[in-house]
Amino acid sequence: MNAQHLAAYTTSTGEAFQFWVLGTIAVIGALCTVFMKKAVHSALCLAGTMIILAIFYLANGAYFLGIVQIVVYTGAIMMLFLFVVMLVGVTAADSLKETIKGQRWLALLCGVGFGVLLFAGIGNASLKEFNGTGQANANGNVEGLASLIFTKYVFAFEITGALLITAAVGAMVLTHRERTERAKTQRELSEQRIREGRHVPPLPAPGVYARHNAVDIAGLLPDGTPSELTVSKTLRERGQIRDVSTEALNDLRALEQRAEERLERTAIEPETFKRPEEASK
Amino acid sequence: MNPVNYLYLAALLFTIGATGVLIRRNAIVVFMCIELMLNACNLAFVAFSRMHGNLDGQIIAFFTMVVAAAEVVVGLAIIVSLFRTRHSASVDDASLMKL
Amino acid sequence: MENLIAPLIAAPLLGAAVLLVGGRRLDRVGHWIGTLLSTASFVFGLILFADLLGKNAEHRTLTQHLWTWISVGGFQADVTFRLDQLSMTFVLLITGVGSLIHLYSVGYMEHDERRRRFFGYLNLFLAAMLLLVLADNYLLLYVGWEGVGLASYLLIGFWQHKPSAATAAKKAFLVNRVGDMGLSIAIMLMFTTFGSFAFGPVLSHTGDASEGKLTAIGLMLLLAACGKSAQVPLQSWLGDAMEGPTPVSALIHAATMVTAGVYLIVRSGAVFNAAPDAQLAVTVVGAVTLLFGAIVGCAKDDIKKALAGSTMSQIGYMVLAAGLGPIGYVFAIMHLVTHGFFKAGLFLGAGSVMHGMNDEVDMRRYGGLRKYMPVTFITFGLGYLAIIGFPGLSGFFSKDKIIEAAFAKGGTEGWILGGAALLGAAITAFYMTRVMLMTFFGEERWKNQPTRSPEAPSAEPAAETRGEHSEPHPHESPKVMTIPMIVLAVGSVFGGAFFSIGDRFLHWLEPVTGHSEGDSPLSATAVTGATMVCLVIGVAIAWARYGRKPVPAVAPRGSLLTRAARRDLFQDDFNHVVLVRGGEHLTRSLVYVDHTLVDGVVNGTAAGFGGLSGRLRRLQNGFARSYAVSMFGGAALLVAATLLMRAV
Repeated sequence: MNAQHLAAYTTSTGEAFQFWVLGTIAVIGALCTVFMKKAVHSALCLAGTMIILAIFYLANGAYFLGIVQIVVYTGAIMMLFLFVVMLVGVTAADSLKETIKGQRWLALLCGVGFGVLLFAGIGNASLKEFNGTGQANANGNVEGLASLIFTKYVFAFEITGALLITAAVGAMVLTHRERTERAKTQRELSEQRIREGRHVPPLPAPGVYARHNAVDIAGLLPDGTPSELTVSKTLRERGQIRDVSTEALNDLRALEQRAEERLERTAIEPETFKRPEEASK
Repeated sequence: MNPVNYLYLAALLFTIGATGVLIRRNAIVVFMCIELMLNACNLAFVAFSRMHGNLDGQIIAFFTMVVAAAEVVVGLAIIVSLFRTRHSASVDDASLMKL
Repeated sequence: MENLIAPLIAAPLLGAAVLLVGGRRLDRVGHWIGTLLSTASFVFGLILFADLLGKNAEHRTLTQHLWTWISVGGFQADVTFRLDQLSMTFVLLITGVGSLIHLYSVGYMEHDERRRRFFGYLNLFLAAMLLLVLADNYLLLYVGWEGVGLASYLLIGFWQHKPSAATAAKKAFLVNRVGDMGLSIAIMLMFTTFGSFAFGPVLSHTGDASEGKLTAIGLMLLLAACGKSAQVPLQSWLGDAMEGPTPVSALIHAATMVTAGVYLIVRSGAVFNAAPDAQLAVTVVGAVTLLFGAIVGCAKDDIKKALAGSTMSQIGYMVLAAGLGPIGYVFAIMHLVTHGFFKAGLFLGAGSVMHGMNDEVDMRRYGGLRKYMPVTFITFGLGYLAIIGFPGLSGFFSKDKIIEAAFAKGGTEGWILGGAALLGAAITAFYMTRVMLMTFFGEERWKNQPTRSPEAPSAEPAAETRGEHSEPHPHESPKVMTIPMIVLAVGSVFGGAFFSIGDRFLHWLEPVTGHSEGDSPLSATAVTGATMVCLVIGVAIAWARYGRKPVPAVAPRGSLLTRAARRDLFQDDFNHVVLVRGGEHLTRSLVYVDHTLVDGVVNGTAAGFGGLSGRLRRLQNGFARSYAVSMFGGAALLVAATLLMRAV
């Protein structure tokens, strides 16, 4: 039995098995999409659900759509999502605490009610007979789709093209920021710095004073405190600066403690060093 | 197994997506939930296509995908520019629709 | 040859467009353009007339189809012209008299800086009037009907800086609207009854319709005719319409437009023939108006208003004749034509007198003018003899026929109508002799007049510019004014005889209107004799009162009837009390209902919604997610409703 033939009939045990296993995973993925705290996790879960849907498309005889689902949705759209998530802050976690009074209960009520109604509707509908796509796919799924798109749906297809172009232009317009003034040259910037009397030397480059070379780790000033100026503005505003200034001292302390233990001296109370401002929080 | 089960699955996914839209505050996640709803619809279309034995349902699903792609492009652009001006991606922060 | 019909209308229309759009640069030649195009129209008319004369009587109907105007389902309106003997008569009258009056106006309006516009309006009037008489269906006729109403409005209010003129124009327009409503209802009734409103289908299928419907159509047509022709009860506007320049009074409010009602009745003769009740109403209206107008004409001291009363009365004769059915149609039209000549001549004469008398209109300040303006005197005198029905002149033939026809109606009705017509003839003789005597004979009362009396407001604005207290120096009018008067006088002298001898006019019109001899209880000679007796009595009384005794310069108090007639037999008071006051009371009570009931409901609703909104406003918390919940809930409800509907 080839796949095409299989798609036309309804109840093959293999398909049933596949449906129940993958369907469960899809639902779990959907739930995770909704309930994961971090946007990245949500996106990954959604991508998983979409891949499973692609498999279902293939199982239903929609070979073209199945591939498109993987290439376009999972490959392009979800990646676009991930880019934006990166831009907005990959680690920024959402608080799941509800702020609008009664919103969660109303949402759940509506959701459950809607689901029940949909299930009732599907249950009531007379869907006992089905034909399978064997006949329609006889000349190949892609050819069948193409002959429909370029005849019956040609206008819709053309209009969709216009829509895509409009969307592309719209996205560019929305994210593009017009410069309202000329960019300052380096000379002007340095003159301005001298005139204001602050940061007379140039700003420190990332990692100048650092022992780590990650961009989100602030360089340490001579007194051992991290300088936020060494981290890019975006990360600073997100609050995604890793502070490693205390690690060296903690390492030292741990070393001392191990030495004491070995020397069997009185155990000094192991306390981690904390920066004064953090301790006060 | 009855292919109607695909419809039930689609309904379930749709409902989960809709509830997610209502519950989550992060605009990107809200957007993802919308994508989930669209995907659920596509699944239903594909299942219908199989039941009726013609390809029109797949065509509609195809168009849905294209429209969803356009929508994602514009929507994400809006989210990015919102984030630029407000430093936040929370939908509740944009509560300007009140007097 | 029928292709000449459209140019006939187009020429004056073109003139109106050129003159009104052309602006000030045409001020110098505008009047000649208007006169030229009006004359061109007359020439077209003459060519067509010659063409008609060359054909057999039954082939004298030309139609020209221009285009289909409206075509919606069964509703079909064409722009088609129909030229038959009846329209031809009107065309010649309108363009002929119209051209003469254009010529006259060149002189009369010489000092008016808006002369170009005046000629534009006159041309517009000619075009509309020609459209009215040449239309082949009632809808197109209605366009012309409204067009002449518009032109009349513009021309009555030509001196719009005078409040009286502006008010008179408004009054004419409003009163005419009542009649127009009648015409539009008549057209709608025709469409529902006959499925068409072209003359052919309507007038040849009157047998198919019930008499009730025909009576309704007839009465509505009569209402229309009353409005346009100033018949009782819609007569009140005509007297005030004399506020317009005198050529306008001559052309529109004496010779042509006011006769449109008669045209309408004669044209719709088939409808009236089949609806005796409507016909009776027409005769009653005609008889009442002919007496009403004559009585009003007796008491007026304003020469133009006296002539306006006379016009009303003469049109009453025509309407009476038209109401008599086939006995009278031809004579109605014949009187219409002769009246067009002599009344236009009389008005032009009156205008000439005013022109020479510093625009004075009060006849009590005239007198003895025959020495100063001989041409005006002679032409006016001929017109006077014609209108009173002096033997041999045109009014004698046409009016006499109408009186005969009224008696020929038979029975009691015949006696009453004939009696009224005879009485009218006597009163006509009286008031026309009065006008004649007060104007051209007796003392020269315009000399040494102290001040202008406040009761006689000047009709023409030039009076103010020339100085109020200067004594007038009566003089003959220029040739451009006297020539049209002479031509019209010739027409009023010979027209009747030309038409009547050998029954020329009867044979000419008979194919269109039909004709039947009535069963007269009196012989023609007896009627003529009676008419002559009435005439002599009327003239004699007038002579006794105004010829032998001096005319006081200030109007005496007069008898009850005189005072009533001076106030137009209380027509305006009647309208004021019944319509204006009634309308005001109705308005006030409606305003009260509006304030208490309607406003109460509206304000209450508004307050209720305001309170409700104040509460609902709290739902608007501004959070998009909150709105999304309501959308989603709504979608759920929709699904539920769909399922329920399917389940049921």
